[in-house]
Amino acid sequence: MKKIKILIGSLLIATLMTGCASKKNNNITIVGSTAMQPMIEMAAEEFQHHSKVRITVQGGGSGTGLSQVQAGAVAIGNSDIFAQQQPGIKAEKLQDNKVAVVGIAPVVNKKVGIDNLSMEQLKGIFTGKYTNWKQVGGKNQKIIVINRAQGSGTRKAFESDVLKGESAIKAQEQDSSGTVQKMIAATPGSISYLAFPYLNKDVQKLSIDNVKPNAKNVENNDWKIWAYEHMYTKKKVDKKVKKFIDYIYTKEVQQNLVKTLGYITIHDMKVQKDENGNIEEIQK
Amino acid sequence: MRDEIREKIQKNSKATYQEIFGKLLVSISIIIILLIVSAIFGFIFSKGIATFTENNAQVKDFFTGTNWNPSMNEKGHPQVGALPMILGSFGVTLLAAIFVTPFAIGTALYITELASKKMKKILQIVIELLVGIPSVVYGFIGLNVVVPFIRENFGGTGYGILAGAVVLFVMILPTVTSLTVDSLKAVPKHYRSASLALGATPWQTMFHVTLKAATSGILTAIVFGMARAFGEALAVQMVIGNASLMPTSLLNPASTLTSVLTMGIGNTVMGTVGNNALWSLALVLLAMSLIFNLIVRLIGRKDIK
Amino acid sequence: MKNTKFQNNVAMAIIKLIAAMVVLILVFLLGKILISGVPHISWKFLVTPSKAFTAGGGISVQIFNSFYLLILTLLISFPISLGAGIYLAKYAAKNKITSLIRMVIEILSSLPSVVVGLFVFLVCVVQMQIGFSILAGAIALTFFNLPLLTRNIEESIKAVPNLQLEGGLALGLSKWKTITKIILPEALPGIITGVILSAGRVFGEAAALIYTAGQSAPAVDFTNWNIFDETSPLNLMRPAETLAVHIWKINSEGIMPDANAISAGTSAVLIIAILIFNLSARYLGNYLYRKLTSAR
Repeated sequence: MKKIKILIGSLLIATLMTGCASKKNNNITIVGSTAMQPMIEMAAEEFQHHSKVRITVQGGGSGTGLSQVQAGAVAIGNSDIFAQQQPGIKAEKLQDNKVAVVGIAPVVNKKVGIDNLSMEQLKGIFTGKYTNWKQVGGKNQKIIVINRAQGSGTRKAFESDVLKGESAIKAQEQDSSGTVQKMIAATPGSISYLAFPYLNKDVQKLSIDNVKPNAKNVENNDWKIWAYEHMYTKKKVDKKVKKFIDYIYTKEVQQNLVKTLGYITIHDMKVQKDENGNIEEIQK
Repeated sequence: MRDEIREKIQKNSKATYQEIFGKLLVSISIIIILLIVSAIFGFIFSKGIATFTENNAQVKDFFTGTNWNPSMNEKGHPQVGALPMILGSFGVTLLAAIFVTPFAIGTALYITELASKKMKKILQIVIELLVGIPSVVYGFIGLNVVVPFIRENFGGTGYGILAGAVVLFVMILPTVTSLTVDSLKAVPKHYRSASLALGATPWQTMFHVTLKAATSGILTAIVFGMARAFGEALAVQMVIGNASLMPTSLLNPASTLTSVLTMGIGNTVMGTVGNNALWSLALVLLAMSLIFNLIVRLIGRKDIK
Repeated sequence: MKNTKFQNNVAMAIIKLIAAMVVLILVFLLGKILISGVPHISWKFLVTPSKAFTAGGGISVQIFNSFYLLILTLLISFPISLGAGIYLAKYAAKNKITSLIRMVIEILSSLPSVVVGLFVFLVCVVQMQIGFSILAGAIALTFFNLPLLTRNIEESIKAVPNLQLEGGLALGLSKWKTITKIILPEALPGIITGVILSAGRVFGEAAALIYTAGQSAPAVDFTNWNIFDETSPLNLMRPAETLAVHIWKINSEGIMPDANAISAGTSAVLIIAILIFNLSARYLGNYLYRKLTSAR
C-alpha cells in the first residue's frame, strides 16, 4: 500500500519535472478552426520531413484559435472568419495570412427534388418567408431549415453573402459539417449549407441562379458564397513560424494539398473580399 | 530516574501512529477533491456572474427571456434569454429519469434476486460495456433509429425533447443500473431471509424490504444518472434539433443548456459577452443540478420515514 | 393468500419482462455497432497510423493512446478516490458537513465534460504551460472521474459488514490497519466495478479531451521507450488523440473518403478494447480477492 503511494508520488514529481524541462522553443503550436485542421496537419507533416521543428495542430474552434493567439499562448490561430468579425479580438494587433479560399453551397435532402434556387428564394427560405417547398417550385412538403452554429465561420460567411444583414429564422442549429451532412441525408425536406470539401453523394447540392458551385465559379465571384481560411499570428513572428507559413503558400502545398481537399488555392483568385463583404478585382 | 516501563506505556503505540498516518492520508485525499471542486465551482461562478456584473445583462431577462443572441444588444442589454434552454434541459433530464427508473430497478432486481450466476455475469459485463460507448456513437444511432421512428409514429420532424430523452435514457441506463445493483447487494441477506421466513412472497420481500432498505442508494443512482443527463451534450445535440425555440411540445425541436454551451464555446472569445453568457449557462446547470439533488434527497427522506 | 400469490407472479413477470427489454436494447446497440464495424477491422487497420484525408488510415496510435491515457488517469485518480472513499465511509462524522461534501461531489459529476475540459485547458495547458498533452488529458479525466469513483468506493466499503471492523479492533489492530488489510480486500469486487465503470467513461470521453489531450496523433516510434523523448509512445507531454476523440473527429469534420468505414471500425475496436479491459480487470480483481481474503 505504502510502496504504491510512494511510487505514484515519485512518478507525479517526475512528470512535473519533465513538464518544466521539456524544450518549448522548437515547437509550434497551432490551434483553431476544426475544419482547417486536416489541411494544416497534413502540411505540417510534410514540412517536418525537411525541418527539425515539431508542429502540433489542434482544433477547438475559430474563437479559441483567435483568443489564444492574441493571448500569446499559441503561435498560430486558425480561423474561418476575419479577426475583425470576432468580438473581443483586436484585429490590428494580429497578422492575417489568408492561406486558402473555401466555397459554401446550399444542400438539400435528395428527395426534395430541387437542384437550383434563385438567390432571392434561398434568402427567403432562411429568413422564414418560404416554409413549403411548393413555394419555390418543389412538391408540397414542409421546409426544415438546419442552420449552422451562431458565430461559426460558415454561418458568418453565409449570412453576409446570402442574407445581407437580415436575420435568419430561429431554427435547428448544428456545429459540425459531418453532422449536418448526416442530418440532411436523413431528414426529408431539410436544407442547410456546407463547405465544398464536405459535399458528397448523400446530399443534393444546389445551384444558385443556375451557377454551379465549383472552384472555377468561385475564382471570379460568379459563385457568391465563399470565405477565406486564415492563419493569424502576432505582428512579430518567429523565424520558424514565418517559414511554415511561407511553406503553406508554396506551389507544392497550394496546387496539391489545398486542391485535393476541395479548397480553392489563394493564387487562383481573381477577386478579393474584405471583412465587410466588399468585392474587389485583383489587379495583376 | 527513568522508568522504562512507564515510558513504554505512555508512548504512543505503533497502532496509534498507523492510525494518524492513515487519517492523514485519507484527509489529504478528501481535501484534494474539495480543492478541485471549489476551484472549478469558483471559476464557473466568477465567469458566470460576469454576464450580469460586467455586460449589463439583466437577471430577469436571463430567466424569462426567450431570445438567445448574446452578441446582439437590445436596449443596452445583451439578449440572453435562456428560458428555452433551461426548459429543454429540465425536460430531457426529467423525462429520461422517469424512463430509466423502472427499467433500472427492474433489471437490478432481476440481476440481484432472480438471475442465475451465469446470467448475472453476462448482464453485468454487457452493461459495463455500454458505459464506454462514446456519445457520438449514441448520437448517430439516435439520428438513424430514434428520430425516424418518432417521425413516423408520433409525427413532427422527429427531432425534439422526446428523442433526446430516449437517447439519454439508453445512455444513463448502465450507470443507474449498476449503481442500483450495488445498493441492492448492500442490503444484508438476513433481511430477506427474515422476511421470507415470515411468509412474505418474494415480491413482497423485494418491495417492502429490499427496495426500502436500499432506497437511499437507489436515489443516489438516479441522481448520478440525472447528473450525467444534464451534462451530456454531443448525443443530445444531434437528436434534439438544437433550436433555441420554446419547447411547446415534446416533438418540436428544442435545445439544452449543455448543447448550446458546447456548440458555442469554441466560436467565442474569452472575456466577451458571448463567452461569459455561456459560462452563465454552466452556472445555471450547476444550480439546477443542486436543486434536483435536493429534491431527490427530500423524497428519499420522506420515504425512509 | 391467493391474492398475494397472484400479485407476486405478476410482479415477477413484469421484472423479467423489463430485464428482457433492457437486454434487447443492449443487444441491439452492441449488435448494430459490431455488425457495422467488425467487417472493417483488419490487421492493417490496427497497426497503421491514421491519415488526415486519404483513404486507408488505421488507428494504431489511437489504440495505444487510449490505453495509456486510461492507465495514467487511474494512476492519478484511483489513490485520491480511494482515500476519499475511505474517509467518507469510515472516518467522516455523520453531520451536515459530510453530507454537504457528498452533495458537492455528486454535483461535480453533472458538469458538462466540455466545461471540465476547458477549465483544465485554461489552468494547466495555458497557465501552467503543460501544453496539449496526454498528461493534461489525464488530469481532465481525473476531475471527471473522481465523483463516480469516490462514490463507488465509499459504497462498496460500506457494504462490508461492520462486524469486520469490530473484529479487527478487538484484535488490537488499528482502525487504519483493519481498513486496509481486512475491509478493503473484502470490498475489492465492488471497487473493481467502480474502476471498470470509470474506465468505460475514460474510453468513451471526447469533449473533455479535445482541449487537453488534443485531437491530433503525431506518429510515435514504438521502438523508442525513453519516456523523455518526444517521439516515444510513453512521453507524457505529447498530444494524444484517443479512439473516442478520433471517432468524434472523423464524424464531425472528417473528409477522408472512407470516413464512415473508419468510424464504424473504430467504434467496434473501442467496444472490443473495453471488453478486454473489463474482463481482465475483473479477472485480476477476483484473483486478488481470492488471494487477500479467505474466500474460495
